[in-house]
Order: sequence, then C-alpha cells, then structure tokens
Amino acid sequence: MTAVALNMAETPTRRAWTRFRRNRAAVLGACLLTVLALSAIFAGAITAVLGLDAEAVDLASRYSPVSVAHPLGGDELGRDVLARLLQGGQVSLSVGLAAAVAAAGIGAAIGLLAGFQGGLTDSILMRITDGMLALPVLPLLIVLAAVDPTKLGMSADSGGAASVVRIVLIVALVGWPGAARLTRAAALSARAQDYVRAARAVGVHPFRIAIRHVAPAAAGPVIVAATLAMGQVILFESILSFLGLGIQPPLASWGAMLAHAQDTIWERPMLAIWPGVAIFLTVIAVNFVGDGLRDALNPRAVENR
Amino acid sequence: MGRIIIQRTFGAGVTLLVLSGLTFALLALMPGDPVDLLAGSDPRLTPDDIARLKALYGVDKPFWERWVSWLGRLAEGEFGYSRMFGAPVADVLPEALLRTLSLAIAALAISTVLGIAGGALAALKPGSIFDYGANFLAFAGVAAPSFWLALMGMALFSITLGWLPASALPADPDAGFFERARHLILPIAVLAALETAAILRHARAAVGEALTQAHVQTARSKGLSDFRIIWRHVLPNAMTPLVTVLALDLGALASGAVVVEVMFGYPGMGKLLYDAILGADYNLAMAVLLLGAGAILLANAAADVAYAALDPRIGFGKAET
Repeated sequence: MTAVALNMAETPTRRAWTRFRRNRAAVLGACLLTVLALSAIFAGAITAVLGLDAEAVDLASRYSPVSVAHPLGGDELGRDVLARLLQGGQVSLSVGLAAAVAAAGIGAAIGLLAGFQGGLTDSILMRITDGMLALPVLPLLIVLAAVDPTKLGMSADSGGAASVVRIVLIVALVGWPGAARLTRAAALSARAQDYVRAARAVGVHPFRIAIRHVAPAAAGPVIVAATLAMGQVILFESILSFLGLGIQPPLASWGAMLAHAQDTIWERPMLAIWPGVAIFLTVIAVNFVGDGLRDALNPRAVENR
Repeated sequence: MGRIIIQRTFGAGVTLLVLSGLTFALLALMPGDPVDLLAGSDPRLTPDDIARLKALYGVDKPFWERWVSWLGRLAEGEFGYSRMFGAPVADVLPEALLRTLSLAIAALAISTVLGIAGGALAALKPGSIFDYGANFLAFAGVAAPSFWLALMGMALFSITLGWLPASALPADPDAGFFERARHLILPIAVLAALETAAILRHARAAVGEALTQAHVQTARSKGLSDFRIIWRHVLPNAMTPLVTVLALDLGALASGAVVVEVMFGYPGMGKLLYDAILGADYNLAMAVLLLGAGAILLANAAADVAYAALDPRIGFGKAET
C-alpha cells in the first residue's frame, strides 16, 4: 500500500519508467537493441578499426574459416561476413525504423479518425482494418513489391537508395492495422471523458478537439504500436529482400544476405546462420521492449506481471 | 442462428468483392500487359498489330472496365487462361489447392495439439521452468523469420545430417505414398513450428483465464487429477476464445505456407502465386489471391458463428461490436 502512495506522488512518465525497469525481459531487450543500434550507427567506424571492408572482393579468402582477419569468416566472394553483417544491419534497422514510424503514423491517423468520428466512418475503417489483420500479409507484400513505379508516375530508378524508399513505403502500407486498432481504442475512451465533452459543449472545433485533447491520450498506445510494428516490418523487409523483391544490390540487408546464403547453402550452410540470428535478436528485442512499454504505459496494468 | 450466418457470409462476400477490385487495380499497375509480353517474344509484330491485339483483348481499356468484364466472366465460372501453364486457370488450380490444403491441414493439426497441450501445461504450473520455456518459445516463434527457420531446417536435417530431402516433391513422379510423405516432413515441420508458437501463446492465456474460474477451483479442491480438470472443466471454456484466435491466425499460416512452398519448391497455391506474379500471369494471380482470401474470410466468418453458438452470453443479432 505504501508503494502505491509513493507512486502517486510521481509523474506518469516516472511511474512508467519505474514499471518498465522492473520488467526484466524489457530491460534485456532495451540493452540488446541499444547494442544493435550502436553497431549499426558506427558500422563504418567498427569495420575501419577492425581493418575490414564490406565490399572488398577477395577470392583468396572465399569461404574462409573463422580467423583473426575475418572474425566470422568470408562469403562466396571472399567478402568479410562480419563487415557485411554490420552494413546489412544499417539498412535493415533504418528501413525498420522508418517504416515503423510511417506505419504507426498511418495507423494513428486512421484509428483517430475512426474512434473520434464513430458511426459509418468507424464501421468502414474498422472493416478494412480487420480485413487487413485477417488476410495473409505476404501475398499482399509480393503484389505491392511487383507494382511498376513508372505506372504511378514515379521514376524508373529501382537500384540502391530508391529500393530503400520503395520498401519503406510498401511495408508501411501493410504494417499499420495494429496501430489503428490501438489508437481507435484510446480515442474511443478519451472521447467519453468529461474534459472532451466539456470542450465539445463550449463549441471547440472537432478537429481541434481531436488534435489537442484526444491525440495526446492516444500517444502511449501509438508509441507501443510503433515499437511492435518495428519488429513486424523488419520481418517483412527481410522476407521481401530474401525473395529478391526488396533491397537491391549493391546494398545489403540481412534478408538479402540470406538470399545469397540460400544459393550457397549446400557448400556452406554456416553462412545462413548469422544474418538470421541478427534478425531474430532484433525482432525479439523489439517485441520485449514493446510489451514492456505496453505494460508500463497502461495505467491499469496489473502490477508484478 | 440463420441470421448471423447470413450476416457474416454477406459481409465476407462484400469484403471479397472490394478486395477483388483492389487486387485488380494493383495488378494493372504491374509492368507490362499480356500483349506487351507477347510482343516482346515475337519480333514480327508491328505496332499496328499490337494496337489491334490490345483492342481485341481489351487491355487498352481502363482497369475498372476490365474488372467488370472479369467479374462477368467469373460469374459464368470462367477464370481465364493461364499464360505460364498454357491452360485454363481452372485446370491448374485444383491440384495446387489440394497440395496447399494437405500441407496446411497437417501443420495446423500438429500445432493445435502441441500448442494447446503446451499452453495448458504452462498455465497449470505458472512460474515453472516449463512456463518460462513455453513463453520463450512463443516469443521466439514470432520473432524468427519463417524463411530462416526453413533454411536452418534444410542446413541441419538435409545437409549436415542427411536425414530428410530438401525438396518437397520426390524427383520420381511415380513415388509411393511414403516417399511423398517423407519429402513433406520438413516443410510441414517448419510450418507447424511457426504456428505452434502462435497457438501456444493464446492457449496459455485462454487456459490461464479459465483456471481462475470458481468451478475449476471447486474441481481442484475436490482433488480431481490435473488431466481431468483440464479436459473436462477448462478446455471447453478455453476453446471459445481459442477458436476465434485460431481463425485469425489463418492469415499468418497462409503467409508461412507461401514461404515454405517457395523455398521447398512445392507447387501449391503459394508457389503458384509467387511464380504468377513474377511471370506476369495475371489471370492466375487473380484467381489464387481471391480463392485464398475467400477461404480465409469464410473461415473467419465461420469462427464468428461458432463463437456466437458456443458462448451463450452473445445474443444472436447483436454480436456486432
């Protein structure tokens, strides 16, 4: 009982932080994610210090075993696996972050509109959202990835950076329904609050109510949705790149590395391990953090989960 | 009862119609149309010929006109002609459908049994090593990329150990049943592993919830065995939410099936779709997409109906939330 009384004196953010810190899985995930993010940000510096080069082709060290010069060995062209893993992480993580933000943005806008407007708008938007949740995502991703951008009036350039923008858009277009549901639920409950009804009674413009009074109440769920969406979109990106529909060479992502690993799996099955481990660790860390945030930001969360 | 069935079926039908329009629009945005592809492979065609052919097949019309005429032909039971197979789509589909169904049903059966049994055991002993293990497996299954799991399965069982073939179909088309089944072990196992993780999580939650109810507490205090409690008193209650969740998971199962089919070279619906889109075989892609979506929407509608039938608290007609 005293703990509750103490907590009452703290700000909601502090209370959430205290609760988050108590969740061991979430803290572990956050640490792991920090390490992964740092290694992606400083990928260039790390490879330089270790004297590695992600793009240097060296046929002498083709499939070279683990050694001091190549900590994780060499790939089918003798490129250093560790350096490529770091570079691939840069692409995979930035695509994941950008697409998660975009997906959460789309979802928040749709959820806010549905929850705030109610009625027919709500029914239609939620029917679409439920449909997106029930239907298989991968066929849709494959169809979207095969769309010819020139027919939409975009440039025909599809290599390198353009493929990154493309994949972010595609993945965000598929990854929003979770965020929409969470935001709608928050908007619905905020709409019934007295302060919102008061604002309405005073005659505040509905748009202003939505932005000023309802949206802040939905901020927590949107942050949670963005985090959980990030794990999902990283998986989507990896699978599209694996199928050859995502990130295009010369850029590498973890999924694209696995596509090469599949071609050489009969000679060197070991090459398929590391990029997959990297994806797996990232997604599981993101999900741990997301779950931790959800419990921490929910005022009604049960203590000691 | 009749009313809710009609309501749900109608809803699924409308969704499917909208979906077919959207899919048609997306396919119209893909590179090239059938006549362009034909022209690319036959240099003797003059621009005049091409324009005439386009008018003949109607591909110069806007997509909604083509969509309406596609729907008209569909109403007559006509799926169109598959470019890749050089055969009517209707001739190609049944075998692929049968293949995917046998893959998916086998995986679903295995994972339902394993998932519910594991979830129930974990819920019975909360905080035990087993509970933690099940929880970790559930998290891991969601985080592991499906194609990577398949790659690791191949690397371990086909390449390193040499126990199982890495392709889903035997090289000899006349192979017997057991030889065929042996080729399917690895694909089914990969799909089942992914699905088990999803079911495990839901089953743990559903059984945990049902265990707190008073009649279960009574059964426990009477000293009934764990098995009997779970089987007689918990599962019937836990099944209701589980059915809905299982139906919602069908979409993920289908996505997993696409990956597994493409990777193990199993010519089911998923591989058909992948090949059709990369090979610009749009009639085939359309048919596969809508058949798959229709099946999943119907399964969801059926789950809704089953939910309403199983849960007396939900009145028919006001199930809409």
